[in-house]
Amino acid sequence: MNAANYLYVSALLFTIGAVGVVVRRNAIVVFMCVELMLNAANLAFVTFSRINGNLDGQVVAFFTMVVAACEVVVGLAIIVTIYRSRRSASVDDASLLKR
Amino acid sequence: MINLATSLGQTQTPEAVMFWILGPSAVLAALGMLLVKKAVHSAILLAWVMITLAIFYIAQDAVFLGIVQIVVYTGAVMMLFLFILMLVGVDSADSLTETIPGLRPIAITAAIGFGGLLVSLLGRATLGRQMVGLTVANTDGNVQELAKKLFSTYVWPFEVVSALLITAALGAMVLAHHQRTIIRPTQREQSINRFRGDSMASAAGLPGPGVFARHNAVDVPALLPDGSAAAASISATLKARGDVIDSRIFELSEVDTSVEEEK
Repeated sequence: MNAANYLYVSALLFTIGAVGVVVRRNAIVVFMCVELMLNAANLAFVTFSRINGNLDGQVVAFFTMVVAACEVVVGLAIIVTIYRSRRSASVDDASLLKR
Repeated sequence: MINLATSLGQTQTPEAVMFWILGPSAVLAALGMLLVKKAVHSAILLAWVMITLAIFYIAQDAVFLGIVQIVVYTGAVMMLFLFILMLVGVDSADSLTETIPGLRPIAITAAIGFGGLLVSLLGRATLGRQMVGLTVANTDGNVQELAKKLFSTYVWPFEVVSALLITAALGAMVLAHHQRTIIRPTQREQSINRFRGDSMASAAGLPGPGVFARHNAVDVPALLPDGSAAAASISATLKARGDVIDSRIFELSEVDTSVEEEK
């Protein structure tokens, strides 16, 4: 097996995550798809770290995890705030400015 | 031209077995995340993808990241997701009808284009050298070597990330903060309302539930002197739920008098 196979998995997961962000309407699912994309990028970082034989890729993946954790905290707080005022977690319902 | 796939070098057989079992299952679980209707099922599938990725990290000599992946992602982040799902409503199924007409075909076409581009790019890319592996970089142990990098080369990003974490915590607190729309009545105002209101009925407090000496559960309204049930003695929630028992069944006339006293 080639080490590059991990990169293919990473590319596929990233693409699936991107489709999920566009297609799904539940804000929480959209958020989980963003997490999937971040994880896919992390897998690519770790694989390249192994290919190149230094740990910089792993350090970057570590920072990505921290940023993802921050993003989850703030994002879920926003979702809860929207849910509290609109009684819905659908991203299509929060289109008040359009009308 | 040697492409990346052949130039990278082969991995060991056990890793290949692991990869061909877990890799497709991760991709299938990610696809399932898009297709299932309920958000909870999506969350479970995402947890599986994250555990798979943790195993991939450990297999690729990134032991620290593998453990952090399990602790932070499948532990903390997925818990947070499930917590919010419980808060918003577990059975809130996503209606899968598209609101923007033609969005789904466009999204799938773009995804196939993007994914195909990435995969073909990976297949044609060339690195010009063999895979190095992390045995040399991990000589003192993965955690120790990562710590050396983190606290020397990457010490400034590390500090910036701490500022980011504090900002995120503050942001969550600001968003969760709930401003009162009405001023909370003081004890004095409550007292005045009780005695100068329309009636003095509630001046001494509301009657407690239960029929004295017969049944004292909270779901039985108290009896007023004239024998009628006191509606104010039971919680409005129980009433709305329909869990209130009629207090008349505890009236003395209904008691079975056939039971003889023991001697």
